[in-house]
Amino acid sequence: MASVQSRIEAKLQSAFAPAVLQVVNESHMHSVPPGSETHFKVVVVSDLFAGKRSVARHQAIYQTLAEEVQGPVHALAIHTYTPEEWSLNQEAAPASPTCRGGSKADAH
Amino acid sequence: MSTLDVIKDQISSNNVILYMKGSPQFPQCGFSARAVEALMSVGKPFAYVNILEHPDIRAELPKFANWPTFPQLWVKGELVGGSDIILEMAQKGELKPLIEEAAGA
Repeated sequence: MASVQSRIEAKLQSAFAPAVLQVVNESHMHSVPPGSETHFKVVVVSDLFAGKRSVARHQAIYQTLAEEVQGPVHALAIHTYTPEEWSLNQEAAPASPTCRGGSKADAH
Repeated sequence: MSTLDVIKDQISSNNVILYMKGSPQFPQCGFSARAVEALMSVGKPFAYVNILEHPDIRAELPKFANWPTFPQLWVKGELVGGSDIILEMAQKGELKPLIEEAAGA
């Protein structure tokens, strides 16, 4: 079975035809066992985001990854850009915060 | 009142409301901490719900919002977004006018 990370990459690739796609497993930053695939950061640069507000872009990503988000993935940091915004942003997305313990109370 | 009615009542009676893990004084998630920090820097009062203490809201709100995670910022009955969007808006200088306008309304 493909890893959660590779499924996320494949789904985003086919849904958004991104110019840039970064999927980073940040699970090690949280209170989960080594090798977990629970916390991810995705950076998607796509023409399809043009003219869409952030909330609509993120909802489109959540919809694409609904299966993962309802299943194994506990946290998803999303950074979306059009190619123009990406170059204005000096081709870098912000870093994710460290955990503050809330995940420990989670069932999954 | 059903959980969905409670949620609808909360977002309609509070112009600015943050659904988060923990409280503004003691956030229990890095993403909630960032969101609340950005919101507090605006300097206007806002409502919050600690979803760790309200499992029913935690279960229902994502379906209603079409947004699976927390925190969630709602302004004047509309979902603005989660922590990434809140931070992005704060950096662009868009958060303060939005909150000030809503809080003053």
